[in-house]
Amino acid sequence: MKLKPIAQAVALSLVLATAAQAQVSDGVVKIGVLTDLSGTYSDLAGNGTLIATKMAIDDFTAAEKPTFKIEMVSADHQNKGDISSNKAREWIERDKVDVVTELVTSSTALAVQKIGKEKNRIVIINGAGSTAITNEACNDVTVHYTYDTYAVANGTAKAVTKAGGKKWFFLTADYAFGHALEKDASDVVKSSGGEVVGGVRHPFPTSDFSSFLLKAQSSGAQIIGLANAGGDTINSIKQAAEFGITGKQQLAGLLMFITDIHSLGLKTTQGMYLTEGFYWDLNDETRAWSKRFFAQHKRMPTMVQAGQYSSTMHYLKAVKAANTDDTAKVMAQMKKMPINDFFAKNGTIREDGRMVHDMYLMQVKTPAESKTPWDYYKVKAVIPAAEAFQPLSASRCPLIKK
Amino acid sequence: MEIFGIPSPAFFGQLLLGLINGSFYAILSLGLAIIFGLLNIINFAHGAQYMVGAFVAWMGFTWLGIGYWWALILSPLVVGAVAVLIERTMLKQLYKLDHLYGLLLTFGLALMAEGVFKNYFGVSGESYEVPELLQGGINLGFMYLPIYRAWVVVAAMAVCFSAWYAIERTSLGATLRAATQRPDLVQALGINVPVLLTATYAVGAGLAAFAGVLAAPIMQVNPVMGSNLIIVVFAVVVIGGMGSILGSIVTGLGLGVVEGLTKVFYPEASAVVIFVVMVLVLLVKPAGLFGKQA
Repeated sequence: MKLKPIAQAVALSLVLATAAQAQVSDGVVKIGVLTDLSGTYSDLAGNGTLIATKMAIDDFTAAEKPTFKIEMVSADHQNKGDISSNKAREWIERDKVDVVTELVTSSTALAVQKIGKEKNRIVIINGAGSTAITNEACNDVTVHYTYDTYAVANGTAKAVTKAGGKKWFFLTADYAFGHALEKDASDVVKSSGGEVVGGVRHPFPTSDFSSFLLKAQSSGAQIIGLANAGGDTINSIKQAAEFGITGKQQLAGLLMFITDIHSLGLKTTQGMYLTEGFYWDLNDETRAWSKRFFAQHKRMPTMVQAGQYSSTMHYLKAVKAANTDDTAKVMAQMKKMPINDFFAKNGTIREDGRMVHDMYLMQVKTPAESKTPWDYYKVKAVIPAAEAFQPLSASRCPLIKK
Repeated sequence: MEIFGIPSPAFFGQLLLGLINGSFYAILSLGLAIIFGLLNIINFAHGAQYMVGAFVAWMGFTWLGIGYWWALILSPLVVGAVAVLIERTMLKQLYKLDHLYGLLLTFGLALMAEGVFKNYFGVSGESYEVPELLQGGINLGFMYLPIYRAWVVVAAMAVCFSAWYAIERTSLGATLRAATQRPDLVQALGINVPVLLTATYAVGAGLAAFAGVLAAPIMQVNPVMGSNLIIVVFAVVVIGGMGSILGSIVTGLGLGVVEGLTKVFYPEASAVVIFVVMVLVLLVKPAGLFGKQA
C-alpha cells in the first residue's frame, strides 16, 4: 500500500502541528478588560485602557508573530463589586477568558481577585489602589501592577514632610479607600518627623467642601492632605483656592492623576506635589508611546492606561515564553521575567503579586513654565523601586512565609 | 466663647456657609416648585438643566469668549429655549395624565443629556474662573469669606424674591395661578393658556440654568453635577411642601444651614441629614411645612 506512508506522514504532521499549538487552549488567548466606562473613574481609566490593551495586542502580534490568536473583550463594571464579579465569572466560565485585567476601584478588584482564585485564572490589576490587594487579600493568581496607596502616599507625604511641612490635617473620603490612604500617609508623616494635628472625614462623593476646608483652615496645620480621589479631589482643590488656602497652608494630593490636573488647570494646581508611576514626558521612549496613544485617545495617558499596556504586553510575552495559557505556568513565567519597557525599567513581580518599579515625585508646573499642552510636571525625584512600595517584610500577605 | 462645644468663629463660619449652600437649594427648589405648582409636572430634568446651564456658560467663554456676566443672562435664555421645545413637543401631551408620566419623561431626558455630555466632555469636568470683579475675599475675623460666595447669596436671593413677587403679587401671577385651577375659564376670558404654560416651564428651566452659572466658578463644570444635587433638592421641595413657592425658598435656606452645622458636629452624617429631616417632617406634617393639606 502506497497510501499508508502518506497517511502516516499526514497524521504525524497533524500531531506535530497540534502539539505546537495544543498548549494554548483552543489556540486563542482571550483578554477581558473590566473597567469603569461611564462613571467617576472613566477619564483616568475607562476607554483609554481599552485603547492601550488593543495597542499592546497589535504591537505584540506584529513583533512576536505568535502561533495563537489574541482576542479582547470588555465591559463596564460601573465601580460595583457585584457587577464586576458576575461579569468575571461569566467571562471565565462561558467565554473562556484567560485573564481579567484593569479593574479600577478597589471593591471591584478585590471581588474579581477572589473569582480568579476560585476559578484559577490570572487577574492583573491596574486602576485600583488599595494595598489590601497584596496584603490580606493576596493570592497566587493576582498581579497588582501600576501603583498602590502605599506608594503614592509614601512618595508625596515623605517629600512634603521633609521639605518642612510638619503639621498635617487630613481631608478624607469616608470609605475604605480613603481610610487606607489616610492611614498610609499618616504613618509616613509620623515616621518622617511630622505630626497629624487633625482631620475630617467627608461623605463620598461630596461636591461642596467649604465647611471641611474651613475646619482645616482653623486647625493650624501647614499641610492639608487630601485622602480622596477623582471628583472629590478636584472639587476640594478648586474650593481651597477660592477660600484663600495658599501661602501659609499647602495642599498635598495623595492620589492624583494627570487627567485631574488637566481638568483643574495649572493656575489652580501649580506647585502641588504628587506621586506618579508614569509620566508621558519622561524620556524619548515614553514620549514615543504616548504620542501614539494620544493619536487615538486625544488625551495623554494616565499611569493606569500606560500600566495597562505594559502589563498586557508582559502577560502576552509570558504566554509565548511558557508556550501555554496555563495559569500557574504563565504566572511563574511573569514572575521570572523582568519588565523592561517604556513604563518600567527592571520591574519585577514579587511573591505577593506586587509589581515593583520606580515611582516619580512630581511637582506641578506654573502656567509660565508649561510650554505645550499636557506639559504639566517637573520630576523632583525618582523613588527607587525598593523604597517606593511596602517592603515584603511588612507584608500581611499569607503567601509570605516569615 | 463656645457654642455647643465648638469655638464661636467656626460656628458662625459654618452658619454663613450653610446659608450660601442654602441659596443654591432655594433657587433650584424654587424652579421645581413653580413647575410642579403650575404645570403639575415633577421635573426630573431640573438637575440636567442646571448642568447644561453651567456648560453653556463654559462653552460661551471657552469657544466664543463670552464672559460671566453675559452668561448669567444668555445661559438661562438658551436653556429656556430648549425647554420651550421640550414643552411644546413632549410635556404638553402629558398634562392630563398621572404625575408619573411627566416624571419618567423628564428623568429620561435628564439621563440622555447627562450621557451626551459625559461622552463628549468626560467626567472630570472643566474649569471655570471666578470673574475678575469678584475675585479675592474678605477676612471677617471668624472666617475668610470669598467675595464670590457673598455674591451668590445676593444674586440668588434677588432672583428668588423676584420670582415669588411675580407669582404671588402681580396680576400676571394671579392669571397664572387661575389658569392652573380652571384653564377652561381663563381660556374663555381670552387668555392663551398653553402659551402661559410653555413660558412657565421655560422660566423654571431658566432658573435652573441660572443656578448652574452661579455654581460654575465654585464647582467643576461636570456632567454629573446635576444628578448629584437633584435628589437633595427634591427632598427640600418635599419638606417645604410640593408646589409652595415660599416654602421652597425658606426650607432651601434652612436646610443649607442644617447641613452646614452637621458638617461641624458630625460630618459623616452630613450627606443624610436632609433626608432625616424629611422623614421627621413628613411624619408630623405629611403635606410639608408650607404645603396645603389636601
